Amino acid sequence: MTELSININGEHIKADVEPRLSLADFIRDRQRLTGTHLGCEHGVCGACTVLMNGEPVRSCITFAAVADGSEITTIEGFDQDEPMAQLRQAFHENHALQCGYCTPGMLVAARDIVTRLPDADEDRVRLELAGNLCRCTGYVGIVKAILSVLEQRRI
Amino acid sequence: MKPAKFEHQRMASLDEAVKALGNAEGETRVLGGGQSLGPMMNLRLAQPDVVLDLSKVEGLDGIEETGNAIRVGARVSHARIEDGEVPGKTGDYMQFVATGISYRSVRNRGTIGGSVAHADPSADWPSALLALGGSVTAAGGNGIRTISLDGFTVGPFSTGLGWDEILTGFELPVLGTDANWGYYKVNRKPGEFADAIGAVTLGVEARAVCGATESAPFRVTEIEERLASGVQEVSIAEVRDILDRYDAGFDDYELQIHAVALSRAVQGAFA
Repeated sequence: MTELSININGEHIKADVEPRLSLADFIRDRQRLTGTHLGCEHGVCGACTVLMNGEPVRSCITFAAVADGSEITTIEGFDQDEPMAQLRQAFHENHALQCGYCTPGMLVAARDIVTRLPDADEDRVRLELAGNLCRCTGYVGIVKAILSVLEQRRI
Repeated sequence: MKPAKFEHQRMASLDEAVKALGNAEGETRVLGGGQSLGPMMNLRLAQPDVVLDLSKVEGLDGIEETGNAIRVGARVSHARIEDGEVPGKTGDYMQFVATGISYRSVRNRGTIGGSVAHADPSADWPSALLALGGSVTAAGGNGIRTISLDGFTVGPFSTGLGWDEILTGFELPVLGTDANWGYYKVNRKPGEFADAIGAVTLGVEARAVCGATESAPFRVTEIEERLASGVQEVSIAEVRDILDRYDAGFDDYELQIHAVALSRAVQGAFA
């Protein structure tokens, strides 16, 4: 077992974890924060994307033990976050989800796009979304939602 | 939990990591950002007994220009290179390469040193850095060693690192402000591993690399000679004829996409 000291959504947590436990499994199974979803579990689909020290990472290919000392924000931790509030509303208005499985990771990736790339156009948004798979929507609603938030934030 | 059981050792310093690697029993792997090793362990393609975690080791994430070389630490992430932290024309080339590696959430954790030490034949850095030239620095039981990037990748998942050595960084050439470079990656979707890579830089010498092969990337001297003599275009058919003379094990399709990649890399260098 390895000692782990980690901050998740503002709560400081100390735990003993098996080295092979992924950050995603720690978040879901040990912290019961099941908003973070697991799809491919090898870094391709993006469903498990969370913020680690403010940057999006794949929680399925990051071991919990390696995340020691870091600050994690999962989809449950964005209540007071302005860009995420804008994105939630825009996803709702633009029908940017159907089954919702990809949505937690999609929103974390979308937040990265609207904060890191304020000048992104549609081509750039689509390129950035290459790392998040959605098999329902065909991306049209997701792209529209992200572009509308980019537009709001430019005003 | 998907990976097989292993022992995780958190390293506090490079010295501790070198000692731990030297004394390790069983299969031991060094973990940088874990973005290649992590998936391989989840798929149980890799089942190390011991993982030496470098994420708390300081001093491996610097980028500095020292006269005629740029030093890049092993733990520099692809994202930092994408964001333009490597200076000058060398930085422009590396920024272009980094931007095409996987996705931002992987680039935030994946490291250049990890990619080169892991030596997946389809990864970008082993081919891209061979086309740039320069050297790898490694720390081991016998101290620090500099190893040329020429021939560093020996084959799939196999490099010139000794069994007790850890890759610590790179010394890369400074491309002049007027130096040309081109990089072309054949893949079905942005961010995927490459099916074929063509990489060209014209710094102190002309270098042209055929990458994402079934084994190690290799320099194509016939194309380098042409570039050095001032040729600015090599057709796909010509590259195909040249590559066909190498014993790269390409089938007809692979030969074609590697010819396309290298021809377009040359085209990109003079665009």
